[in-house]
Amino acid sequence: MQGSVGYNLGFAAAVCLICAVVVSSAAVVLADRQDRNALLDKQKNVLVALGLATDDESLDAAEVARRFEAIDQVVIDLATGDPDEGVDAATFDQRAAAMDPDRSRPAPPNAASVASLPTHALVYEVRDDAGALERVVLPVEGLGLWGMLYGFVALEGDLQTIRGLTFYEHKETPGLGGEVDNPRWKALWPGREAFDEQREPVIRVVKGPAGPVDQAPHAVDGLSGATMTSRGVTNLLQFWLGEEGYGPYLDRLRGEG
Amino acid sequence: MSKSRDALIDPLFSNNPIALQVLGICSALAVTTQMNTALVMSAAVVFVLLFSNLFVSMLRNQIPTSIRIIVQLTIIASLVIVVDQVLKAYLFGISKQLSVFVGLIITNCIIMGRAEAYAMQNPPGLSMIDGLGNGLGYAVILSGTAVLRELFGSGSLFGVRLLALQSEGGWYIPNGLMVLSPGAFFIIGFFIWAIRTWKPEQVEQD
Amino acid sequence: MEYYLNLAVKAIFVENMALAFFLGMCSFLAVSKRVSTAIGLGAAVIFVLTVTVPMNNLVYNYALRPGSLAWLSPALADYDLSFLGFLTFIGTIAAMTQIVEMTLDRFVPKLYAALGIFLPLIAVNCAILGASLFMMERNYDLAESAVFGFGSGAGWALAIVALAGIRERLRYSNPPAGLRGLGLTFIIVGLMAIGFMAFAGVQL
Repeated sequence: MQGSVGYNLGFAAAVCLICAVVVSSAAVVLADRQDRNALLDKQKNVLVALGLATDDESLDAAEVARRFEAIDQVVIDLATGDPDEGVDAATFDQRAAAMDPDRSRPAPPNAASVASLPTHALVYEVRDDAGALERVVLPVEGLGLWGMLYGFVALEGDLQTIRGLTFYEHKETPGLGGEVDNPRWKALWPGREAFDEQREPVIRVVKGPAGPVDQAPHAVDGLSGATMTSRGVTNLLQFWLGEEGYGPYLDRLRGEG
Repeated sequence: MSKSRDALIDPLFSNNPIALQVLGICSALAVTTQMNTALVMSAAVVFVLLFSNLFVSMLRNQIPTSIRIIVQLTIIASLVIVVDQVLKAYLFGISKQLSVFVGLIITNCIIMGRAEAYAMQNPPGLSMIDGLGNGLGYAVILSGTAVLRELFGSGSLFGVRLLALQSEGGWYIPNGLMVLSPGAFFIIGFFIWAIRTWKPEQVEQD
Repeated sequence: MEYYLNLAVKAIFVENMALAFFLGMCSFLAVSKRVSTAIGLGAAVIFVLTVTVPMNNLVYNYALRPGSLAWLSPALADYDLSFLGFLTFIGTIAAMTQIVEMTLDRFVPKLYAALGIFLPLIAVNCAILGASLFMMERNYDLAESAVFGFGSGAGWALAIVALAGIRERLRYSNPPAGLRGLGLTFIIVGLMAIGFMAFAGVQL
């Protein structure tokens, strides 16, 4: 129908209002549940990277909290690698800090397309009763094909062997880049070695099959049809394990033990 | 009654949204590497199509022509966002799989196409059935493509390994072409050939 | 200058919206029967993309991003409206599409008739929304958004005109009846896509 200008404007305003109310209500009412789901999922990913949970287990909040008791959450100064007691680990959100100009700095040009580095990072340490480091989990992020991948890489106490790599958020195509979530691909990571003799991060995702751990310690099978995602994973790992990322922190840990 | 039956049955093969109307192609390429994602996407599209056709049809006599595209889109987008929010709250695992495709559902030409071509001219009851029919037609092509792509591209169906892969000590070398989008193009092209051989009235006269 | 040229070339060839990302397929397949209509749709897509990507950039940076409302009043700095992203991007795109539709109806009615339902479908062309979403993910500034929008549109237009050229030639061939037209088009696009995979991963 051809309405008058007044009618058109009124109709448009009414539609906008109703849709806005419906969408915003849904977002607001469900926000708590969504945040809890997202946090639980992120924590479960930390557990999976450490090998304290498997992908197909469904864990409720209480079980996740119980398994988290073995883990120390430590806030470190990213540039020096030293722990910073002044920041509360329980409430610190690394990604929010990276987006806050007061708590971050622009990242140097890098292949992972990381735009800003937070001044502090939240790492997860697992120590035995004597205080020696058993495993450590580092948050990592980098550009894939459709958007940033956010995940965790877990290293064994020798700070050389990889325990696991999981991504809790990404925008990759299911079946292609989305295969970073495939448990069979994730199972290829434990045992690979991240660094070479010069302590440079050389772990990478290659094209095609890489081979078993003893023959290809620094390479992991590529994801078929997902060149950009595979490259993105390589770039983000090499960036965050290098001196612009957690390098200073890992050096300090090596110095300790 | 037969108008309802036509609205439901036609889009399955005689007027299939992908194979004849050329709508909904992008998602047909993107989500058909696995049966799981294909079915979740199909379910989401059926749901959104049903309700968007319903709402657009209920308002069809009130929507001013000069802003009808944006009004239809607002309704469709709001519906999809609400579905995404509900999934994130109650079915978090599935919403993670679907996250990229939420945007793709909004821009799925089938939904806009049927709103413009059918719901604007037909009463709500029929429009809902048309939505259901087109959604099912879309699901048919998607499932058919996904079965072939997952089986020959990864040797599995619904994630269950059916063909023993060579990399795991078996005999089957997965067909890499099936996993890539050109593979989907070829499969859908052959489906169209099959449908038009069965129903020659769809053959293009040029 | 060189940076913008690189960005444009990357958007047109290496990351071609139609043949590398497979966005905008519906209109791509349906409107590629004749070169003249393909050129018309391609031009419309270039126009809509060049206008909407920078416009959406402004909307995102001044209204939607967390903290972006601070210019209006410091009290609003906490608001995060990014969940309205899809809705507002599509809003600008739909508005642009409506304007294009009315312009074509008035000034080029033959093209308007030839495009049929695929003209309003520009609003849901996933290539157009996709470009805005890429712009958001990659944090482009205003100038980069304009160049990227134009480049993506040009790449998509190039692809559809190329396909139309091939299809016009194929009208003189003799394929099986069921394959004629759409079926063969799917197979051709599959082959073109394989060809464009040669560009994948080219770093400029």
